[in-house]
Amino acid sequence: MSKNTLATGLVCLAAVLVTSVFVWLLTDLVMHGLPRLSGPFFVEASQNAGRSGGIAPIIVSTALILLVAIVTSAPLGLATAVLLSEFTRPGSLFGRLVRRSLDVLAGVPSIVFGLFGNAFFCLYLGLGFSILSGGLTLACMVLPLLIRTAEQGLQAAPNDYRLAAAALGMSRSAALTHLLLPAAMPALVAALLLAIGRAGAETAALVFTSGYVDRMPDSLLDSGRALSVHIYDLSMNVAGGDANASASALVLIGLLLIINTIAMSLAKQWRIVTL
Amino acid sequence: MSLSRTDRQLAALLRVCALLAAAIVLLILGFLLKESWTLLRQVTWTRFFTDASWHPVAGFYLLTPMLSATLYATLGAVLLAAPLGVASALFSQYYAPPLLAAVYRRLIELLAGIPSVVYGFWGLTNLAPLIGRLHPPGVSLLTGILILTLMILPTVALTADAALAAVPVASIRGSAALGLSRWEFISGVALPTARPGLASGILLAAGRAIGETMAVLMVAGNVAGQPHSLFDPVRTLTANIALEMAYATGGHRAALFVSGLVLMGMVLVLVGLAEWFGKERPHV
Amino acid sequence: MSLMTNTKKDNPGAAYTLGPLQAGPPCCVPEPLIQVDNLSLHYGAKPALAKVSLDIYKGCITALIGPSGCGKTSFLSVLNRLTDMIPDCRVSGHVYFDNKDLRHPTLDVQALRRDIGMIFQKPVPFPLSIRRNIELPLREHGMNKAADLNARVQQVLQDVGLWEEVKDRLEAPAQALSGGQQQRLCIARALALRPQVLLMDEPCSALDPIASGVVEDLIQRLRGQYTVVIVTHNLAQARRIANYAGFFWVKERAGCLIEFGQSKQIFEAPVHELTAAYVQGKRG
Repeated sequence: MSKNTLATGLVCLAAVLVTSVFVWLLTDLVMHGLPRLSGPFFVEASQNAGRSGGIAPIIVSTALILLVAIVTSAPLGLATAVLLSEFTRPGSLFGRLVRRSLDVLAGVPSIVFGLFGNAFFCLYLGLGFSILSGGLTLACMVLPLLIRTAEQGLQAAPNDYRLAAAALGMSRSAALTHLLLPAAMPALVAALLLAIGRAGAETAALVFTSGYVDRMPDSLLDSGRALSVHIYDLSMNVAGGDANASASALVLIGLLLIINTIAMSLAKQWRIVTL
Repeated sequence: MSLSRTDRQLAALLRVCALLAAAIVLLILGFLLKESWTLLRQVTWTRFFTDASWHPVAGFYLLTPMLSATLYATLGAVLLAAPLGVASALFSQYYAPPLLAAVYRRLIELLAGIPSVVYGFWGLTNLAPLIGRLHPPGVSLLTGILILTLMILPTVALTADAALAAVPVASIRGSAALGLSRWEFISGVALPTARPGLASGILLAAGRAIGETMAVLMVAGNVAGQPHSLFDPVRTLTANIALEMAYATGGHRAALFVSGLVLMGMVLVLVGLAEWFGKERPHV
Repeated sequence: MSLMTNTKKDNPGAAYTLGPLQAGPPCCVPEPLIQVDNLSLHYGAKPALAKVSLDIYKGCITALIGPSGCGKTSFLSVLNRLTDMIPDCRVSGHVYFDNKDLRHPTLDVQALRRDIGMIFQKPVPFPLSIRRNIELPLREHGMNKAADLNARVQQVLQDVGLWEEVKDRLEAPAQALSGGQQQRLCIARALALRPQVLLMDEPCSALDPIASGVVEDLIQRLRGQYTVVIVTHNLAQARRIANYAGFFWVKERAGCLIEFGQSKQIFEAPVHELTAAYVQGKRG
């Protein structure tokens, strides 16, 4: 057998292997979780430590945590992206410093974010185990991704607009407000969606910041359980919780799938790298 | 740069925001140090490698079992995921017809979007029992390696795909004109050209593996002891923090923050290496 | 006041010419509006322009001719300080506009760009409606009343001959117009600010012949009330419309001005042999 044939065989085998594992994973989840997915599942509170009942409070908590994360990281992220794209000379020291620190931030493991969130938001700032702590911790985590994608979006806006606006004596702020930001809008939305997707999948950073309580939260300072944490708890700590865990996993995957698909199609329009 | 007054004001405001964003990483480092300081002050750093065991309540802070578990799990996962990931990329770039390649790529992207806790859950309910039948208990280093492989595979595959996509079309046509077979082209031209991107992708995936918490926590077992075989239950550095944070106080808690610092250091080294390897070398 | 009349004024004065021939009657007063003295320009380490000196005369059309890469566009970009936006661009020498040092750091660049407008080779209509394209710069420069804005929009659209074509669809997107219409819109947009000088970088080269002809007619009508500096590769066009011409060529890898004078002299009796070779089509 020639090398070429062997190579072809191995490569195709690898592809088949990967596909089969993926199919196995999905089928397993669907088989165990789909029966539990029903209208009531989404609107009831959980009962019997989560073995039965629904995930309504968890969905609300998750939504609140994500809301806090986005509302705090989006303005900061957009401002930084605009600065890096429009007001920084290539190779400037300030720009390089900011980028370097964001690259490092992007590499911090999620459990370390959990440690930081616990030490800073929960203890030092006194927010305790709360949706607010969890959301703020996630905001720190998704910031580099937001900035990177938003900056790419702004860079992809036609440079002709900048030159023509300048030639007409328009200030950069005016060019930004009326021309560049509207032109980059799909990419900016993609950046937000990617950040939400990343935050929604996160577990380790939330366990020690937003807590475990699976009641319906009354305020942002209440502890809340995110969907990912719920899946963790059901599978590790609750015997017989597997069925609901599968169902919750399906919900989470479904939500993330929708968000990431919209984000990627928006980003591909603008030829932005989303890795 | 000629900036008007409004522009200068805006630039100043933006600069403050950027500084805030840049300062977050310093804040993290600062708080990690602050929380570790009580322990680091009392204990010389060699004790993390020479103490009798990991028993923080009793004053023993040996980190090596967890470090070994992290390193073995990462190494195993990278050894499995690198060839599989590169093969996946080769499949979608050079072997599959366009429609199949697009579907396959979509599949990998979907895999990348599955949260780690779901991988952990599936590993716990499907993989661990299988391995348990082979050699009890099911939760072990091996299970951890397999789950990590599955998790970092999309990273390797997608970065490799991007690196291979950047191989100039001209070289594909050129080698076809020379009568090279597909494998000869891949091994002789495509892979060497894409090497910086491939290396960078694999290093990035290794960084992800080191930092992964939930999935390994759920499938690798919960024993803070030195692993001696693939079937031993182990605890990685990340899992260690996640498991003990809930009830750790005082020196114990500080020790967990120290391991957080160690983790951060390891990942940073990898990210730095990934960037260094990823830089374009001039084609000879 | 519209541009429909073409005022010819007598001018007995000698112009900036190198040869013994006095050119035929130019149609404008030889009053230098922009004086360039020893202008040099570098992009990083690469020189683009070497010691260019010339005068732009008020109310005249000055054509800059020469092959690609001679720095003509760079020269134009200095005149409205657009070089400020190019990173790593170093300019030395002096440029005086209306006796003010154009390159002085405290100069209000936005006001300068109101007085010196620029038209680019590729028409750049903003992704807004036709009306908004013209209103946006006006609003930025302080015109706020709807009545004033409407009057100015109508006037400049009439000046460029677009009014009849678009008066019923001012809210339509500007990018839906044809190439020639877009370029005329860009000229109208620049004229709305009532500049003294219009810099045009090959304004017709991206247009089809008919549109090109319309824009060229428009440029001719600008003569007298506006000062026009036009970079063009089209020698016939330069011959047709220019009062003055400057011929650029590359020497020692930097662009420089070989000859400058009244266009009749440049085209019919050039002094420098390179100029002669270029305008006769023997070199380029």
